[in-house]
Amino acid sequence: MTLGIEVTDLRLNYGTVTALDGLTFSLSGGRIYGLLGRNGSGKTSLMSVLAAFRKASAGTVLIDGQPVWENPAITRQVCLIRTNVDTLGSTDRISAALDFTAWHRPSWDAEFAATLLDRFRLSARTKIGALSRGQRSVLGAVLGLASRAPVTMFDESHLGMDAPTRYAFYDTLLTDFIAHPRTIIVSTHLIEEVSPLFERVLIIDNGRLVLHEDADALRARGVAVTGPADAVDRLVAGHTVLGEKSLGPTKSAMVFGPVDDAFKDRARRAGLELGPIGLQDLFVHLTEPAGESR
Amino acid sequence: MFDDRSPIYRQIAERIKTDVLSGSLGRDQQVMSTNQYAAFYRINPATAAKAFQQLVDEGVLYKKRGIGMFVSPDARDVLRAERRKTFFTDVVEPMVAEAQAIGIPIAEVIGRINEIANGPAR
Repeated sequence: MTLGIEVTDLRLNYGTVTALDGLTFSLSGGRIYGLLGRNGSGKTSLMSVLAAFRKASAGTVLIDGQPVWENPAITRQVCLIRTNVDTLGSTDRISAALDFTAWHRPSWDAEFAATLLDRFRLSARTKIGALSRGQRSVLGAVLGLASRAPVTMFDESHLGMDAPTRYAFYDTLLTDFIAHPRTIIVSTHLIEEVSPLFERVLIIDNGRLVLHEDADALRARGVAVTGPADAVDRLVAGHTVLGEKSLGPTKSAMVFGPVDDAFKDRARRAGLELGPIGLQDLFVHLTEPAGESR
Repeated sequence: MFDDRSPIYRQIAERIKTDVLSGSLGRDQQVMSTNQYAAFYRINPATAAKAFQQLVDEGVLYKKRGIGMFVSPDARDVLRAERRKTFFTDVVEPMVAEAQAIGIPIAEVIGRINEIANGPAR
């Protein structure tokens, strides 16, 4: 089962600080979404409101058409895994974490959880307090995956894992998503590494939505134009330029498209080089504070 | 495994076309399913599906409902014809431009091409 999410003019304030500043978007169910943003951009705040860990200051959050706040019928189906497994005491064993999750998640799959513990070499008898940072991340991933919640969110949960463990996590996430489609939101700073998993990408900055787009379409939108400075300037005039670099008489400009065939023809005739821009670079420039571009 | 700087579905489509051109994917041979493809290359299944859809639209693959995707009988010929069309603009023109830029006479280039095509120099 998959559930869609509808967010309208969502605001969240911490005292005088605005964490979420009028977010509006709609996510259809059964897809993997990447949530990207700089530190302090509001990613964790947004996920906390979606999971009803926090109450919105204003606006609405509907999951499967129903408000999430104080609505156990919905929150049972929404699972948020944070960086740290912070819901349990350090003297509890992993088995207690599994039991606790099984108790409040109707979709919990105990057999799958046991398989995952084996795969990631965790023992159910280990005390939470004895886990390394990486192992705590793994435990979070196991709880999130085996919950099979119709809406599952991982907030930087793979952060403490080493590279082989991260790849094992991505593989498991993907194969389990294929077998049991659900709505998955992953926030990450490891954009190049994780983005092939995403179908769509949301970028937020300062609590506002910068874009919400198909990940592959986004990869096609950035173009780096390189060549003699005046020719580059003539070509990119009138386009959205995210950033520029100069090296002597040569200039490189990052254009945020879409650019059409006529643009490419003009570039070729002017002897300019066109190159792609990675998602990570696009992200860096799209969330750059005004006036700080190089 | 894929470059993050251009659409992944296009990279997948190109890879499959190359396999068809080289003959490692033969006519009427079944290709991996979107899900197998997604899991193997660690990419979103919707992205893999988009690549397959493009190849179906281009006539490289065909769908057998409930069974999977197969290589069209004439896919290789179609792709060869397509690559032939772009061969001169994509391969020959840049080569000529490079030869001129570094001062190699075109006659010498042609001579060398004949040598390579006819086997080792006499």
